[in-house]
Amino acid sequence: MEFSEHIKTANVEDVVLRRPFYQPTKGTLCVTGHHLIFSNRGGDSARPFLLLLRNIDAIEKSVENLPSVSSGTITLKCKDLCVLQLDIPGMEECLNIASSIESLSSLETVSEMYPFFYRPPFLSLQDQWGLSSTEQHYAQMKEIHDGWRVSQVNRDYSVSPSYPPAVIVPHSIDDETLVKAARFRQGGRFPVLCYYHRETGTVIMRSSQPLSGANRKRCREDELLLQAVIDGSELGYIIDTRSSQQAQQARMTGGGFESKSCYRGWKRLHRQLEKGKVLQESLIKLVEACGDQSHSVDRWLSKLENSKWLSHVQTALSTAGLVAECVERDGHSVLVHGSEGTDTSLLVSSLAQLILDPDSRTLAGFLGLLEREWVQAGHPFQQRCAHSAYSHVRLRHEAPVFVLLLDCVWQLARQFPLAMGFSEPLLLRLAKEVYASDYGTFLCNSDQERCVTGVKERTHCLFQSLLRANERQHYSNPLYERTELAIWPSIQPPSLQWTCAFSPIQWPFDMC
Amino acid sequence: MMEHIRTPKVENVRLIDRTVSRKATVGTLYLSATHTIFVENNPETRKETWVLHSLVASVERPPTTPSGSHLVIRTKNFQVLELLVPQERDATDIHASLARLSRPEKYSELYCLSINPTANKEEREESWSFLDLQADYRRMGVPNNLWVGTPANSEYRVCDTYPSELFVPKSATPPVIVGSSKFRSRGRFPVLTYFHQDTLASICRCSQPLSGFSARSQEDEQMMQAIMKANPGSEYIYVVDTRPKLNAMANRAAGKGYENEDHYTNIKLQFIGIENIHVMRNSQQKIIDIKTPSMGDFLWGLESSGWLKHIKAVLDAGVFIAKAVAEEGVSVVVHCSDGWDRTAQACSLASVLLDPYYRTMKGLMLLIERDWVSFGHKFSHRYNHLDGDPKEVSPVIDQFVECVWQLSEQFPCAFEFNERFLIQLRRHVYSCQYGNFLGNSQKERRDMRLRERTYSLWPQLWKDRAQYVNPLYRADHTQTQGMLRPNTTPYCFKMWKGMYNRLEKSAPPRHSPADLLTAVREETQQLEQELTNHQEVAPRGTAHSGTKQGIQTPKSKMKRPGRPAPSTGDGSVDSPPHDYRSTQRGPPDPAMTLPLGPPKGSDPDDLSSACSDIESGVIDLSSRSSSGGDDCKDPESDEAIYCPAWSGTRGPDTGRLPC
Repeated sequence: MEFSEHIKTANVEDVVLRRPFYQPTKGTLCVTGHHLIFSNRGGDSARPFLLLLRNIDAIEKSVENLPSVSSGTITLKCKDLCVLQLDIPGMEECLNIASSIESLSSLETVSEMYPFFYRPPFLSLQDQWGLSSTEQHYAQMKEIHDGWRVSQVNRDYSVSPSYPPAVIVPHSIDDETLVKAARFRQGGRFPVLCYYHRETGTVIMRSSQPLSGANRKRCREDELLLQAVIDGSELGYIIDTRSSQQAQQARMTGGGFESKSCYRGWKRLHRQLEKGKVLQESLIKLVEACGDQSHSVDRWLSKLENSKWLSHVQTALSTAGLVAECVERDGHSVLVHGSEGTDTSLLVSSLAQLILDPDSRTLAGFLGLLEREWVQAGHPFQQRCAHSAYSHVRLRHEAPVFVLLLDCVWQLARQFPLAMGFSEPLLLRLAKEVYASDYGTFLCNSDQERCVTGVKERTHCLFQSLLRANERQHYSNPLYERTELAIWPSIQPPSLQWTCAFSPIQWPFDMC
Repeated sequence: MMEHIRTPKVENVRLIDRTVSRKATVGTLYLSATHTIFVENNPETRKETWVLHSLVASVERPPTTPSGSHLVIRTKNFQVLELLVPQERDATDIHASLARLSRPEKYSELYCLSINPTANKEEREESWSFLDLQADYRRMGVPNNLWVGTPANSEYRVCDTYPSELFVPKSATPPVIVGSSKFRSRGRFPVLTYFHQDTLASICRCSQPLSGFSARSQEDEQMMQAIMKANPGSEYIYVVDTRPKLNAMANRAAGKGYENEDHYTNIKLQFIGIENIHVMRNSQQKIIDIKTPSMGDFLWGLESSGWLKHIKAVLDAGVFIAKAVAEEGVSVVVHCSDGWDRTAQACSLASVLLDPYYRTMKGLMLLIERDWVSFGHKFSHRYNHLDGDPKEVSPVIDQFVECVWQLSEQFPCAFEFNERFLIQLRRHVYSCQYGNFLGNSQKERRDMRLRERTYSLWPQLWKDRAQYVNPLYRADHTQTQGMLRPNTTPYCFKMWKGMYNRLEKSAPPRHSPADLLTAVREETQQLEQELTNHQEVAPRGTAHSGTKQGIQTPKSKMKRPGRPAPSTGDGSVDSPPHDYRSTQRGPPDPAMTLPLGPPKGSDPDDLSSACSDIESGVIDLSSRSSSGGDDCKDPESDEAIYCPAWSGTRGPDTGRLPC
């Protein structure tokens, strides 16, 4: 296999592994194409320790080369925020191992990644990949069949490269109109349905920004599409996840917003959610604060504040609350978008659904929600999760939007300990899997890419695996009791708690 | 006290609920000798809100508005009651009355002494024998051949702030005791507070030595030597000075200070750095005042209050002592300045960490009775029982209680009691409904003959223990055994929302997993009982079918084990959503503001005031009205005591607090 050219030293004996909550152990270290394998020579029942190379975010090495001692130490900082240390006898071995890890952990060819080689006995590649398709999801929602239809307009991904082949749109809007509306939206992401609220008959839609540009271009078809959404009712809300200033500025680069005069009946509200670099830096600062060794409460609180992470949590929950309030309390439909419509829009729409929809709060329902709103909806996981909080690599498209979602969900679950069918370990597991996984679920940036690279045929689906009987039990909330009611989160700062999940010495997952 | 009540009854008063859509309920306000009572006019609910005078921290009168005069009552439980009184004159009267009623000048005005407390002599006496401190010393193996009781302080001759019964090393002779006490601030010489049977190491407490820059006392040095010798095999002792080293050094100029390591053989001096009572008082005030509209302000406020830093310092002191005793097997002598504030905190926390018994309900009661009450923590001064010197006031025991809470968050299975127990305990330290915490020393309490004139709190708490049980408590869990080793990394300390933000009304009272578990467990016990009954009753031949029925009948109940009406399943029900609209950054564009929902004020501080409202207990239970009359049984609702006549004289023995 071509990985071998990266491996100069495959095995080293007498390596000492140090990791949080465990005694240092001596054993054999082995580098393979995808893993570091550490096996304890003592051979006591302990299974070998397996680390996906993909999980390694940063590597630090120090060597000592004296006539008497020749050894080295490698510190591995993982994307799941764990920090491990390997003491390796022999300077050369140490350098070889380090260089193997460096090159193997940064391989970016999707089809060479571990999910394409992972073949657990309990799953079959013949199984359906994913939990549900748009069509299946639609078929289950009988109540929307009158007003809404499944459109295959994107079946060859030509209308929107980041959308799935099938989307749900108003019945009265034909595919031709959709194609034209898509041209007026960034990345072709025209407004599509993500949630239908039975009691009020109102909906949550999402899209990308309209390309009105500096000349205030209009698009009749896009207007028609939105008109059809609120057909019959007098009002709908557009929740723009940018500040109004940002939205104004976006016009200079060809983007823009829905002007009041063109979209009758739609009211626009701006809530600025951070994304991209700002969010990534926030996570980096938060993790740094958690690892602070000074043991000073003042410093911790000051760094926590400085990271702004909890402010992002607060804004996300508050915006989602606003969306849910419009739908449930006021009975008005909502369209959510920011600019690309692949990050904060998904964050807000999925949190709003968790607040409103009891079906999305079950274990299967939540995973289904993630599949629809993140995987199928085209959140660019590969770009966003290329690196985590330790990497020194220059940031490109990294942003922990999905991790922010998980934190928000954790806050919801904390405030409503009985309302969620899943437990904290599930959220921690997802936070780990999204960065490095045995499964193909979070590979690639869109449905189209997953098809092209054969992810759906040649890898296993994480969500399927999490729903197997014994896993399901592990990730279920034993206190769960379904409530049909909306769960309105408190967004008061004291109600939002910092979680030690961001600490480098977080509890290992099996101890949670 | 009745003479201070100018207007006993005012009609058409509005109780303003700041959080639930700023709605107000109209009702009648009554002033009794002990409570402020608001009775809603709504004939269907007639909800009553009771606030004990002794729990009133302040009464403010904002400027009169056309609609009437506002009165804002803040309680020592961090609750706020806002009233709108139509007539200015009434408001003035109530304000004046409350100002006086909430600041008693004599002990006899206090609740426990003013409300016909001696009604039932037998029961009263029994209440005071509920806890036996000496039995707890025996439980830890004292007296023994190392530690003996000393009569030195009988009649409080040597130290009037110490208890009369004390334990000292066997080798400490009366001259050594007396000599040592003369060399210690306020005569508080080193005495035993906890003995660790496994390691034979002990925790002793005292006040600072009167060492100044050079003074020494042979007897005091002998005393320390005796303490070391009382731990066979140990070669030194720790002297933990819980103060910051600078403070300790400053005290030397006043002829006080700390032990000179050259004079005392084999001591290791350790400073911990817990700040003094003035710093703590200001810090708590800051945490109460935190405005919480934005996360940044909140965290900044939390940081600048320093509160969590102080909590960590107190816990650090406890951890240091516990580790020395359990891990090193070294005895520790703890002091601060007078040895009744920081020393009490550090010693009692160390006991909680060391000994699982103090993590039970009764154990914690005993611990407070020993390290706080008997050793002369100045309750009446610190908690402002009588109108006195505000500089003496400080939330010292609050910090201990909070440290226990922080521990219970880290070790959810290790404590027999829940958060409610801690909150209730703290409340009674301030409320003076029972005689336990009156006065500043055992001697003062004896002189006041409190045991003849008041009831003790402990049996009452014990009687209500069902609501204070932590369902996760597992006496046999590894976590519960032996010493607790808490993680004291800063991020492990949280703001105690249950204590300081009980007010956040808009977050509806939510069902906690613990409450659910308690209910499930009660249900299970009941079922098992029924099963047993069935088995006993049923004749052998039909036992089988009988049992079956026994299981099936209650099963229907099991679906919703002891929980309120379905709609309050998780408490999310009747509460309105949060005001998600008002948190946007920057000035809101008026054109983009939703014209829906209840009108809200233009004051950007709205949210903060909104959340500074009162916990369900004090006001408006109507937002949970779907659960019916059960609301008044909410154990959190300290003040919401339903009682037909508030002039009554029902003693604590009735199970409800007298009104």
